[in-house]
Amino acid sequence: MIGYLLTFFRSTISRLILYIGELSILGGQAVYLACVPPFKWSRVLVQAQRIGPGSFFISALIAFFIGVIMALQMAYQMTKLSAEIYIPNVIAVSLTRELAPVLTALIVAGRIGAGITAELGSMAVTEQIEALKAFAVNPVKYLVVPRFLGLILMLPVLTIFADLIGIVGGFAICTTKLYISPALYITMIADSLEIRDVVTGLLKTISFGAIIALVGCHHGLNVRSGAEGVGRATTISVVSSFILIIMTDCLFTTLFYFIFNT
Amino acid sequence: MIEIKNLHKSFGNHIILNDCNLTIHEGETKVIIGRSGTGKSVLLKNIIGILRPDSGSIKINGVEVTTLNEREYNKIRMLMGMVFQGGALFDSMNVGENVSFVLNEFMKLDKKAIQAKVERCLGMVGLSGIEKMMPSELSGGMRKRVSLARVLCMEPRIIFYDEPTTGVDPITSDVINNLIIDLRHKLKVTSIVVTHDINSAYKVADHIVMLYLGHILAEGTPQEIRDTQHPVVRQFIKGEAKGPITENENLIFGYTD
Repeated sequence: MIGYLLTFFRSTISRLILYIGELSILGGQAVYLACVPPFKWSRVLVQAQRIGPGSFFISALIAFFIGVIMALQMAYQMTKLSAEIYIPNVIAVSLTRELAPVLTALIVAGRIGAGITAELGSMAVTEQIEALKAFAVNPVKYLVVPRFLGLILMLPVLTIFADLIGIVGGFAICTTKLYISPALYITMIADSLEIRDVVTGLLKTISFGAIIALVGCHHGLNVRSGAEGVGRATTISVVSSFILIIMTDCLFTTLFYFIFNT
Repeated sequence: MIEIKNLHKSFGNHIILNDCNLTIHEGETKVIIGRSGTGKSVLLKNIIGILRPDSGSIKINGVEVTTLNEREYNKIRMLMGMVFQGGALFDSMNVGENVSFVLNEFMKLDKKAIQAKVERCLGMVGLSGIEKMMPSELSGGMRKRVSLARVLCMEPRIIFYDEPTTGVDPITSDVINNLIIDLRHKLKVTSIVVTHDINSAYKVADHIVMLYLGHILAEGTPQEIRDTQHPVVRQFIKGEAKGPITENENLIFGYTD
């Protein structure tokens, strides 16, 4: 039994390392090819438009409700301690540092990452990727780079909106149910938030954007068998993105906490 | 001219091409026939560089391409165009954008010049006026012809056709055959056609080669292939279920005499 578990553990670790290696190679190619002419910014804009405005409503909606939920959950504990006044502080800091970046990334991974895998996967099974190669067009340059740049540009923008809308959600509860005046809410938010809270949150989103793009493209480009393969790749892509986003978030949080004391 | 010598390609333990030798002369239409899964498409993809061979030599116009890096290979690829089995049209683009793909990617032409060239190429395949249609609105035969128009836009010297008549009705099949012959005469292109449609092979080929067990088993003019006494070739061209090709296969015959 122990031997079996050890073997399973070892093979899982080696597969994970191999997988991260493959993603890193694709990431390296994408970064290199993004710096090499010809530059087709229109393709990046198309992807950015798909990712940003397309995901804005759903990420804003989720952020608003998270703000509301946080205010209510905090109120449950804080009223016992007569510390309702600190609820805006907790909402602001936890939203900007953690919740808005991660939840926005998870929403975008589910919506855009899955779409990327399905799109590239169906291109792969209908020989469109091979057609690109036959026309002397590098599929990484043509397909991966615009999605990679689009995601690392738009995810921080979506996160900034999620930060603001989450704070508005908290505002709605604090000013109506908890009798905190609007002016006091805004003052408490402004006093508690530091630039580094927002910056650390946004730094994470750049890497989350890269993860969503690379995982989505990697699974899409490597689809080998028909419709079933596209469906399977899409599922694996979303699950892998979720896991890697949470792992990277944990890594960043640890790094910021222990090394930079933020 | 394309010269292939001792070409080997395998996927894992599955050997696809085994010591394959083939020469295609300039301006010639060579048809490669063989059963499904014998490596005909793999051979084409090795020539165009979508796949890289395990060993062997491929020379295109005297240039050994197997050792080229992607950037160098791309210069050679600009001389070649491939009509894929299913057309491989980019389904996010309309027909006009598909046909002008290479022009938009590599050439700095104004919109009017691109439009004129697209119209001319679509006219050559008999599909004028469908620029605004999406690939999903096209029939199988139309997709293949649009795919050919997209290749023609590159003005290639070599055209590869991967199963150009598979999955289309006999009339459309004949239209495609006529197009292949017509292009050869008008543009003097070298054509390599992979097919298992024997009638199509007889019609378009200058020479027919049969790929069997990873290597070229027979080569000749359409008449020579038609008259061959080689049992394997005969079984294939006659389309018989019983014979040397299938003797080790567990085929279930629904009805036997």
